[in-house]
Amino acid sequence: MGAVGHLFQSIPIDLLIIQTVNGIVTGMILALVASGLTLIFGIMDVVNFAHGELFMLGAYMGVIAFATTGNFWLALALSALIIGIFGAALQIVTLRPLIGRDPLNTILATFGISLVLQNYALWQFGPVARKISEPISAEFTLFYLQYPWYRIVIALLSAAIIGSLWLFLKFSKFGVWIRATTQDRVMAQAMGIPVPRVYTGVFALGAAMAAASGVLFAPFGGVDYSMGLQWVLEAFIVVVVGGMGNLVGSIVAAIFISLLEAYAAVWLDPSQAVIVSFVVLILTLLFRPTGLFATPK
Amino acid sequence: MTAAPLDKPMTLNKLKLSHTAVYWIGFSVVMALLIVAPLVLPAFWGGFLTEILIWGLLAMSSDLLIGYTGMVSFGHSAFFGLGMYGAAAALLVVSPPNLWLAILFGLGGAAGAALFVAYFSTRLRDIYFAITTLIFSQIFYVIIFTWTAVTGGENGLIFGRPHFTIPLVVNVPFNSRTMHWFVLAVVTGSYLILRRVTQSPFGMVLQSIRENEARTRAIGYPVERYKIVSVMLSGLFAGLAGVLYAIQKEFAAPDFVYFLTSGDTVIYNVMGGIGTLVGPIVGAGFFQLMRQLLSEWFGDQFPYLIPLGLIFIAMIIFLPQGLLGFARRWLNR
Repeated sequence: MGAVGHLFQSIPIDLLIIQTVNGIVTGMILALVASGLTLIFGIMDVVNFAHGELFMLGAYMGVIAFATTGNFWLALALSALIIGIFGAALQIVTLRPLIGRDPLNTILATFGISLVLQNYALWQFGPVARKISEPISAEFTLFYLQYPWYRIVIALLSAAIIGSLWLFLKFSKFGVWIRATTQDRVMAQAMGIPVPRVYTGVFALGAAMAAASGVLFAPFGGVDYSMGLQWVLEAFIVVVVGGMGNLVGSIVAAIFISLLEAYAAVWLDPSQAVIVSFVVLILTLLFRPTGLFATPK
Repeated sequence: MTAAPLDKPMTLNKLKLSHTAVYWIGFSVVMALLIVAPLVLPAFWGGFLTEILIWGLLAMSSDLLIGYTGMVSFGHSAFFGLGMYGAAAALLVVSPPNLWLAILFGLGGAAGAALFVAYFSTRLRDIYFAITTLIFSQIFYVIIFTWTAVTGGENGLIFGRPHFTIPLVVNVPFNSRTMHWFVLAVVTGSYLILRRVTQSPFGMVLQSIRENEARTRAIGYPVERYKIVSVMLSGLFAGLAGVLYAIQKEFAAPDFVYFLTSGDTVIYNVMGGIGTLVGPIVGAGFFQLMRQLLSEWFGDQFPYLIPLGLIFIAMIIFLPQGLLGFARRWLNR
């Protein structure tokens, strides 16, 4: 106990607060990635292995669009639009023929897609990471740090995107179609809802969200071809911990896990801090295999 | 030949041969070709073939899960890698390096990893199983990658190849040919064991889990226990492949514990045909050969995974049975 007490005393409170802010910021981006993943899973029963690659391609699109237009926010919108359309095309070509087959087929197909996209990015853009400057350079003082406002803006923007997704699902006609398809696919089809088009739309929506989070993350992480895998792994953990297909659960889980990782980074090397999320996953699987925030059916 | 009706004896040179006879004749022909291969092939292609056999063993081990139990593992790199590092530990610590000890250590490492993964991930089905195996393999990757003092971190471990020993009888160093024959013997032995396992009552239960898990449980089989044993068995053979690869290459590197190795394993399975045991070996051969030819035609920098990935996606859509899928029932009789 004494040793533990000493360990906590030696951690300054300001460092913990800074890590809390950091954790919430990355948590919000992760929530954005994971909500796209869980949306696609909840509606289509498709585990999208290529989600990380859509994130990565979105970031690259952002870099290119920023270089040509010079406006970050325009680049964000353009990237989400382009990757959304790309996602729709991808779904039509590769996933539509697999509807009705064993869901494992779709995992394998999206895995193949991720392989192709990742190697395409490596071939097209090279192995060197690209940088993009932050659109908002203002900073505020957080204890001894000059903390960039941009990170706070990202967190708010992610929350806004997720919020508008929720409003979209709740109130728009397409959103009602989506929810109906989730509840009962066959009945929805019988009622005249164009289920295949709903699928394509949902995949496009998820892809656009992945792209948007990629662009938002680009200024402080750098963009390279392999960034997708790390994010998709974290997002998978979040989605399993939050309960597959549960939008609110994955948002809460994303922030929870990012906070834990941020605190762990106080003691551990960042590359080892990932283990914390693995441990959360194992504990979840042990005690609540359906996810921490799953609603019992 | 293989498309003939299953219940009728096959006609070969006007002789009526039973399925068993045709099977073993085919087996012997393939074996003979593989035994002669290193004597005929140039050195490079001989080594290439040896590696294909090792990848084939890895893929075959994963086929036990994918093709027979119906669980797709995206974490076989963990077992393969632990086999590699287990062998490395035995070869570096014990002097003089001993082949059998390396195999024992490698199998021990893989068994430990497999027990860990099996205990947790068999609680989940389908997609969830696939994702958790992937995440578990990443745990092992992070540990091996960051624990530099023991594992050598990014650089991995380098060691010498042990001699082939049978105590008091033989003690000869391996050359590339004897290594090939040793690998061939181990892979063939593993194939025969796995074939026996899949045809045993135990294997039948695994296949019934694949077909209908709920009903299997309702009949009274402890499904979870069968799944754990199946994952462990699969992990052991994957670890054996890791040991062979470590001995062949004389190094262990964290790259092989990385997710991409697991991904390749799944690709071998799908390309060759799941649920056939030999299919994954054919798939590994096809994949590695395409990769080699593509980089010979277009240069080392050519992103060979783009065309191979596209072939893979096309196969899932149009040929989900894989290259040997047409012979699946015949091979499993």
